[in-house]
Amino acid sequence: MTAPSLAPGRTGVVGTARTRLEGRAKVTGAARYAGEVPFAELAHGWVATSSVARGRIRSIDTEAVLAMPGVLAVLHHGNAPRLRPGVGLFGPDATLQVLQDDRVPHVGWPVALVVAETPEQARAAAEALVVTYDEEPHDVAFSADHPGVYTPEARPPAPPDVERGDVDAELAGSAVVVDEEYTTPEEYQSPMEPHAAVARWENGRLEAIDSNQGSYAIAQYIAQLFFLDAASVRVTSEHVGGAFGAKGVRPHLVFAVMAATMLDRPVRVVLTRRQMFTMCGLRTPTAQRIRLGADADGRLRAVDHESVSYSSAIQEFVEQSTRPTRVLYATDALRARTRLVRLDVPTPTFMRAPGWAPGSYALESAMDELAERTGLDPITLRLRNEPAVAPASGLPFSSRNLAACFEEGARRFGWPDRDPRPGVRRDGRWLVGTGVAASAHAAMTAPSTATATAEADGTFTVRIAAADIGTGARTALHQIAVDALAAPPEAVRVRIADSDFGPAQFAGGSMGTASWGWAITEAAAALRERLALADEIPADGITVRADTSELVRARQPVERHGFGAQFAEVAVDPASGEVRVRRLLGVFAVGRVVNPLTARSQLVGGMIMGLSMALHEEGVRDTASGSLVNGDLAGYHVASNADVPPIEADWVDDPDTHNPTGIKGLGEIGIVGTAAAVANAVWHATGTRQRHLPIRLDRTLTR
Amino acid sequence: MREFRYGRATGVAEAVALHAGNPEARFLGGGTNLVDLMKSGVESPELLIDVRGLPLDRIEVAGDGSLRIGATVTNSDLAAHPEVRRRYPALAQAVLAGASGQLRNMATVGGNLLQRTRCGYFYDTIQPCNKRRPGSGCPAVTGEHRNHAILGWSEHCVATHPSDMGVALAAFDAVVSVHTADGPAQLPLPDFYLPVGDTPHRETALPPGALITGVTLPPAPVAARSRYRKVRERASYAFANASIAAALDIRDGVVREVRLAFGAVASRPWRAGTAERTLTGGPATAEAFAAAADAELAAARPLTHNEYKVPLVRNLVVAMLTELAEEAAR
Ligand SMILES: Cc1cc2nc3c(=O)[nH]c(=O)nc-3n(C[C@H](O)[C@H](O)[C@H](O)COP(=O)(O)OP(=O)(O)OC[C@H]3O[C@@H](n4cnc5c(N)ncnc54)[C@H](O)[C@@H]3O)c2cc1C
Ligand code: SF4
Repeated sequence: MTAPSLAPGRTGVVGTARTRLEGRAKVTGAARYAGEVPFAELAHGWVATSSVARGRIRSIDTEAVLAMPGVLAVLHHGNAPRLRPGVGLFGPDATLQVLQDDRVPHVGWPVALVVAETPEQARAAAEALVVTYDEEPHDVAFSADHPGVYTPEARPPAPPDVERGDVDAELAGSAVVVDEEYTTPEEYQSPMEPHAAVARWENGRLEAIDSNQGSYAIAQYIAQLFFLDAASVRVTSEHVGGAFGAKGVRPHLVFAVMAATMLDRPVRVVLTRRQMFTMCGLRTPTAQRIRLGADADGRLRAVDHESVSYSSAIQEFVEQSTRPTRVLYATDALRARTRLVRLDVPTPTFMRAPGWAPGSYALESAMDELAERTGLDPITLRLRNEPAVAPASGLPFSSRNLAACFEEGARRFGWPDRDPRPGVRRDGRWLVGTGVAASAHAAMTAPSTATATAEADGTFTVRIAAADIGTGARTALHQIAVDALAAPPEAVRVRIADSDFGPAQFAGGSMGTASWGWAITEAAAALRERLALADEIPADGITVRADTSELVRARQPVERHGFGAQFAEVAVDPASGEVRVRRLLGVFAVGRVVNPLTARSQLVGGMIMGLSMALHEEGVRDTASGSLVNGDLAGYHVASNADVPPIEADWVDDPDTHNPTGIKGLGEIGIVGTAAAVANAVWHATGTRQRHLPIRLDRTLTR
Repeated sequence: MREFRYGRATGVAEAVALHAGNPEARFLGGGTNLVDLMKSGVESPELLIDVRGLPLDRIEVAGDGSLRIGATVTNSDLAAHPEVRRRYPALAQAVLAGASGQLRNMATVGGNLLQRTRCGYFYDTIQPCNKRRPGSGCPAVTGEHRNHAILGWSEHCVATHPSDMGVALAAFDAVVSVHTADGPAQLPLPDFYLPVGDTPHRETALPPGALITGVTLPPAPVAARSRYRKVRERASYAFANASIAAALDIRDGVVREVRLAFGAVASRPWRAGTAERTLTGGPATAEAFAAAADAELAAARPLTHNEYKVPLVRNLVVAMLTELAEEAAR
């Protein structure tokens, strides 16, 4: 058949609201998640976890358990396959070296996997498994003045320390100084879908269906871990029910592969909610000290931000909470320091806007305190300190429309009419107040590959190992492909989440749509060039592959970020301490918005998570046992529907010519700034500062 | 989770007979607490006897004017019942303040009274806990206890009873009807829940295998002007940090009758008898309300993380009684 005619430059689908392509399949249950794809001969693995916080396994009584109904195997450090050490997505990752030795680094560390014919049998046996330990004294007590606090190694994207100008001299010369400490607690990603994987050997290839944020990288990683040829591992992740950073490579997949290999039959491993709280990472608590020095007119002379967080005994993970400070405000002198302490706790990992979310709570609370002490409006103060270049790096911004966000937001929120005095507005038993904070998040792009195929029937297929973790990524990529191919939407298929499609960026760091979209755009352009020369399309179609590695590497070094302004109105009952958010407004500058429908739900979702961070979320760790006391969703509170008020999210024009797709990514920025806006509003309502999250009722109650 | 047998009873005597002599049997109401406890390994019954088929799903006004509530009436039906709403509004409000719509559709009156504490150590089987494993110790007293008891606890256990419904029942002198192999019996709520002492695992005075058949509320005109308020860490779907059921009858500025009960402060719904006696016959002023709260809370023994409950309950008493007094004056 003849090549379809392509109208060059046809645009129109990007920028229009589209419902999710897989929406119907999801709401009808036709979409299958990793934990529910059926297989013949499927065996089920159940993880047994440690009950002590530190020590060595003395014994595992496998015999009794092997005699239980349906039990096929008990894997433990004495018999499990050896894994290649030193492997990891971001450097060696010790959290995946499961069942390799007798060491126990924290409560809830996996110590065995029981495999049985049914999940019930596996669970019964795993719970009956008797493991004894030689316990060692543990330490899980986090504080900024812990004697073990140290400076972590420099690693991208942010070195631990930045020092520009003479902070101490500028502070000494400042008319107004804010010097306060802020803390945030352990927070958990808590996606709805639990971690699940099924692994099987099929014609000499390892095939895994897994719930994760990036099938390609994970397949590579599994191959390395199990000493396999990279081409012999395939990971697919068609539908993923939320991740928020918790779904990199996790032990459930390693276990499924181990057991499928040992038993030579398909094995599924699904984690329980309680296990997710110990095996899948968390956001470390932070203790942050901020010192701001300013002239009487609010012009910043010094900004000093030190953040301490924790990591586990086995793995260094650094929460880079000073990141907002490195880009938000102009200052004569800047110091940012990131510190760490290692405890006998689970290993933290990324959680929506890592670093940015806790860091912005501290910085933007301190800015509000500076506004109070200088007698300036909080927005005026921020605009007065708008930088021409990024304060830490000295590099220009690819685009920066924070001021426009504040102006548009202030207008819509009714900010100009605000009475700045705290503690003076009553509505029945409630004290009412409003607050504002800035949002920022890195807008990075990473290399990806994509293929575009012109099929013989005149349709197109785009393949990319992207992940749709519930965000609407598949739909956005379809829109990008439709425009790039200048084809009708119904003629374009986008297939994602299959490692066989080749290297592609993770769904993480708000980099997905920008990185994948670029590769798709390149592949589509190349295909159109090929088609222009082709007389006809052969039966197996014409396929071209694009790889953006060189393009990404060749980009100019500029500071690329999304920005935003968030506004909150809260009510506080001083007699009960209850805090309720009455409305939230966020106005963002996030480059080009591909799908306003799903973009808005990402921003609103981020703001809800920010509200939840402000008022509810707190993992409570018991120092005596080292265990989490509230490791389930009855005890670990996330905002309920009744906590969520009307929320508005919108954006201003933010053309970013440094990126050919103009996309900045917006999956995380929504959570950045919400907690500070709420805390600042609570101050405005009550006159009392909230320097510790969450803003619990025992912290606001009138005694 | 252990394999268990499941049976359904259609008559009260049959249910009791099925349970008799089997310490590993449990009655199953809505299962909203029991099944969770089984999944987390706290309970591992050998036999579940489903009681929802029993003819105990009615609410009736008895000849003496008291209200008889069957043990298997769902929380939703209880809260929606016109007599409950009219005569004991605080009870309807208390039930609606608990759990979620779906849970209330399943949960029963009997199960609600017997729901277990929400202490995090109790739910986590790797932890010691005197209530779950007698004699193993109570980590909460020295550990995490922000939502634990301030009244009536012992060093053996500082957990609270989480029921909202029970708080209103306590305020209105509810009597629990039970049935054992020896026949029916009555237990007034104050005798139903046992003091903690050194046996926190023994929570009620129910004999082994006893079936709760219902709850009776004696007539209480004061209850018609009553209210329930629950303070919690999110706007719904959370257990109370403190709650209060209050009823007030004022004549000429003088308190004729008052009912006060607190939730989430003790191992049982806490009837505030001292505060009631302090107030009765005295002036209905904010000062008097505060003084009565202080009198009740004089016995409070808060710990490091739950000291806030003392001012919280005090503030709630003053706020609620003031509201009720203002309403009466209107
Ligand atoms: C997420 C969540 C949130 C919740 N929030 C709240 C809240 O805010 N406030 C609140 O008050 N409650 C709350 N609840 C608890 C809920 O109210 C109780 O789980 C429910 O009332 C228990 O009733 P049930 O019929 O389901 O009891 P079941 O779970 O069936 O049984 C509980 C216990 O009672 C026994 N039992 C049941 N019926 C009888 C009978 N007739 N005779 C003798 N023994 C019997 C059972 O053997 C078992 O020991 C919540 C529960 C959940 C899961
Ligand atoms: S307070 Fe009671 S329930 Fe909680 S750990 Fe102590 S004994 Fe167990």
